Amino acid sequence: MNSVGRPTRPETAGGEANDYIHPTLTGARGLLQDEALIFELGGWDKTGVDLVDAELDASDLGDLVRTDPIGLPGLSEPEAMRHYVRLSQKNHAIDLALYPLGSCTMKHNPRLNEKAARMPGFSDIHPLQPVSTVQGALQLMDRLAHWLKTLTGMPAVALTPKAGAHGELCGLLAIRAAHRAAGHGLQSEHPRNTVLTPTSAHGTNPATAAFVGYKVEEIAQTADGRVDLADLEKKLGPHVAAIMVTNPNTCGLFEREVVEIARLTHEAGAYFYCDGANFNAIVGRVRPGDLGVDAMHINLHKTFSTPHGGGGPGAGPVVLSEALARFAPTPWIVHDENGFDLAERAEGPAAEAFGRMCAFHGQMGMFVRAYAYMLSHGADGLRQVAEDAVLNANYLKAVLSAEMSPAFPEGPCMHEALFDDAWLDGTGVTTLDFAKAMIDEGFHPMTMYFPLVVHGAMLIEPTETESKAELDRFADALLKLARAAKAGDVERFKGAPYHAPLRRLDETLAARKPRLRWTPTDPAKIAAE
Amino acid sequence: MRFTKDHEWIELDGDVATVGITAYAAEQLGDVVFVELPGVGKALKTGEGMAVVESVKAASDVYAPLDGEVTAINDALSGNPETVNQAPETDGWFAKVKVADTAALDALMDRDAYEAFLATL
Repeated sequence: MNSVGRPTRPETAGGEANDYIHPTLTGARGLLQDEALIFELGGWDKTGVDLVDAELDASDLGDLVRTDPIGLPGLSEPEAMRHYVRLSQKNHAIDLALYPLGSCTMKHNPRLNEKAARMPGFSDIHPLQPVSTVQGALQLMDRLAHWLKTLTGMPAVALTPKAGAHGELCGLLAIRAAHRAAGHGLQSEHPRNTVLTPTSAHGTNPATAAFVGYKVEEIAQTADGRVDLADLEKKLGPHVAAIMVTNPNTCGLFEREVVEIARLTHEAGAYFYCDGANFNAIVGRVRPGDLGVDAMHINLHKTFSTPHGGGGPGAGPVVLSEALARFAPTPWIVHDENGFDLAERAEGPAAEAFGRMCAFHGQMGMFVRAYAYMLSHGADGLRQVAEDAVLNANYLKAVLSAEMSPAFPEGPCMHEALFDDAWLDGTGVTTLDFAKAMIDEGFHPMTMYFPLVVHGAMLIEPTETESKAELDRFADALLKLARAAKAGDVERFKGAPYHAPLRRLDETLAARKPRLRWTPTDPAKIAAE
Repeated sequence: MRFTKDHEWIELDGDVATVGITAYAAEQLGDVVFVELPGVGKALKTGEGMAVVESVKAASDVYAPLDGEVTAINDALSGNPETVNQAPETDGWFAKVKVADTAALDALMDRDAYEAFLATL
């Protein structure tokens, strides 16, 4: 049963009576317009481009040829441009301000990365080009692989997974292939069919395990927020395929017993999958391979500063231990005296590859950005990244503890500071209300109500890219809000956000009666359809 | 009416038990937006998942409180999941189960024992 105390609908009506702002006649706020959908802008009979009518001599479609207008919105170039720029103004972005989402590592994306990724030798190539014409790109992938293997102390890496969860899938498929090769596949007489995850796991861990065909069992957590070794030992057995543990975990704590966790897991014949989402806290300081990890994904969009969406897809390469290396998916980069090549087929050294994770070779643009980040930091710089990320989180934990209650007050945290909602007891203000009030004060909220094991959780990850001045500004706003909540200024929170483009949303209504399709309301437009 | 520590209620009529989640469970879950019910005829084993309740931000398994076979489900919940919040212990029932061994109910809590259990949480 999940009971993190999260309200999902506004408690006050949020109407004009509660509005701090004098309502405008147009719905705009300052120079921020109330933006319509693109289908509601312009007209059906307009277009921003002047194309010559195409002449078709014949069509193979027969009576399937469309004869009605297709109903695309008609906008001139400035209308289309303004629509998207106005929408972008309503978005939050790391280029605008601090983005303190916990377990997300929203660090600055250096412009140097972008410059490198736009070099035509990287940006204008095609995955089907002859390999002799893309030797530089292949060399970059090989060097990136070398850095990832060196930083993690692991002998192999699969570069192709395109996100963290895709990396989890890759790692578990390698583990499944290894058990199958050992005669313990899911259909075998003595199957290893269970994956263990701690109660504080990212939701993707059990989801990935279930997707691969495994049963999922939870490992209990100790009072100090870490894996309960006794419970782990009890649940390990000949039916267990793997454990999935995040380290540092989602409570922002280092799993001190990680070596023992690995030993127990291996002793039971299972593999140790480490969720590398929080690698930023230990990069350059700890090599997961030394801890006994068998597989770990590395979110390049977290630790290695490539964009989270927006700039394109993510990348979640997976490093593999000696035991799993031979099952890694193709393609593999190989090189000899003639240069670099791609081993695409499951043959030769890749004979036991479990398959492929994607059609081509992964996200080249992300590889370039991540490698640029590594080279610009160097090994010493990456080590300092981890140190500064942990220092910043501990600074916030210390400062905010003046008014807020840390979920695990004992000892330092790693890269993120976790608070519960005990400090809000009796104020009538919830974590959600507090987060919405933060928006009014100019700060994007932290991760809320996660991890599930902490009531009303507030998980703050500042990353190393925020200066002390920015951390102070953030902490000052939160402390002022906290004091307002304790002083009984409940209306400030219950009606928040007052200043955002939209007020408090009714998530329950949205989930129960979602409107998934736009329907035209203008009769003229309906007639034109 | 009998109760489990997983916050289900069971009302026995002959050898058919009506099963749902308690008012406490509905309150803790928050606004329910979807209920996934078992198929009629499904064989249930105590402690195994029989239904899934989704609120806006979480999905929770509901475990079978008894061995038996599903004979009817509350189809009305698919269109009106809010019934689980409004009337959890009456109209918000989940399934009717033909119970394999009605004596197994004796091991479950009565209302007084359940209330006492809630007080410890």
